[in-house]
Amino acid sequence: SWERHGLVGSEIKLYCLSFSWRWLSEDVSFSWSYKPEAAKDSISIFHFARGQAYVDNKGPFRDRLEFVGNPKRRDGSILIRNLEYNDNGTFTCDAKNPPDIVGRPSSVKLLVFDRVPTRAGVITGAIIGSVLGVVILILALYYLMRFLVARRVLSLSCWLLFLFCSTVEKGKKKSGKEGSQQRQVGVKDVLTYLQLEILES
Amino acid sequence: MLILLFAIVILHIAALVLLFVSTIVNAWVSDNGSTADLWQNCSSSDTGVHCVVGYTGEWIQAVQAMMILSIIFSIISLFLFICQLFTLQKGGRFFLTGTFQILASLFVMSGAIIYTVKYRDWISGDASFGYAYILAWVAFPLALISGLIYVILRKRE
Repeated sequence: SWERHGLVGSEIKLYCLSFSWRWLSEDVSFSWSYKPEAAKDSISIFHFARGQAYVDNKGPFRDRLEFVGNPKRRDGSILIRNLEYNDNGTFTCDAKNPPDIVGRPSSVKLLVFDRVPTRAGVITGAIIGSVLGVVILILALYYLMRFLVARRVLSLSCWLLFLFCSTVEKGKKKSGKEGSQQRQVGVKDVLTYLQLEILES
Repeated sequence: MLILLFAIVILHIAALVLLFVSTIVNAWVSDNGSTADLWQNCSSSDTGVHCVVGYTGEWIQAVQAMMILSIIFSIISLFLFICQLFTLQKGGRFFLTGTFQILASLFVMSGAIIYTVKYRDWISGDASFGYAYILAWVAFPLALISGLIYVILRKRE
């Protein structure tokens, strides 16, 4: 079943969405029941029938429960305010749309925290996704610029984008000359030995 | 010189293997009998090795992301090297390959630094660093050197 995390003192909306092929009858009903964490029995805390919502008025949720669902959309969600640590437990919603009454009620387990813990993998995925996205964006922009400058769509005197322009110029120079690099002195002489020889295919 | 080509590729693959081993093996921190890494805490007892899910703080997730990103960038760099080997103009530089490999080395460096600074949040007691942690620190200069070699390499006629 589902697990929901709530912060102590804040509010939480518990969803109950039901599905039925039939038209909405006037007798559609929603029932919420609550089973505390260590208990075996559940108590009823909310009931909606015949267009009227009945909230808990003497149980653990009195004055804290509110119906925020939409019966016309088969939505029987409730809102609990001012969460307390004692609210830890399982909430079960039972929706009925007569004569369509055969179904399994859905449960959601509520956990109340001091501080909502970060779920494993959320931040990991976010960092990985954003870094890869930035890299793809930069590469796309770079190749777009090169493409546009090569096709002379953009003028070469693009002083703002001097970086892209200079690399395109270097590429053209390299394809023109046949590997003569007389400007290299010292370290680069050693580095010419590192040049790769590719087998002619 | 095909030997040079092989040597460069072997260096790259060595760095990549170190990154994989460091990320996957459960040996970042070890105490007598129990080890922990970025993903799980394991302890060995008479009945075998039991592992439970590790910590889920923001910083450990950042280290996880850094290690995975370094692996991804190193693999992309290897793929780009093979690509550029066949498509680069004569006298051209493997600039893109080198950039990705250097980025990979920077990512593993950040991951190792974050782990070193923040490991006290997750590990208490007298725990010593395991070999996977050391491999991460070794992979960083290997990947950096490999990336720099790509940047200064030129494709000859």
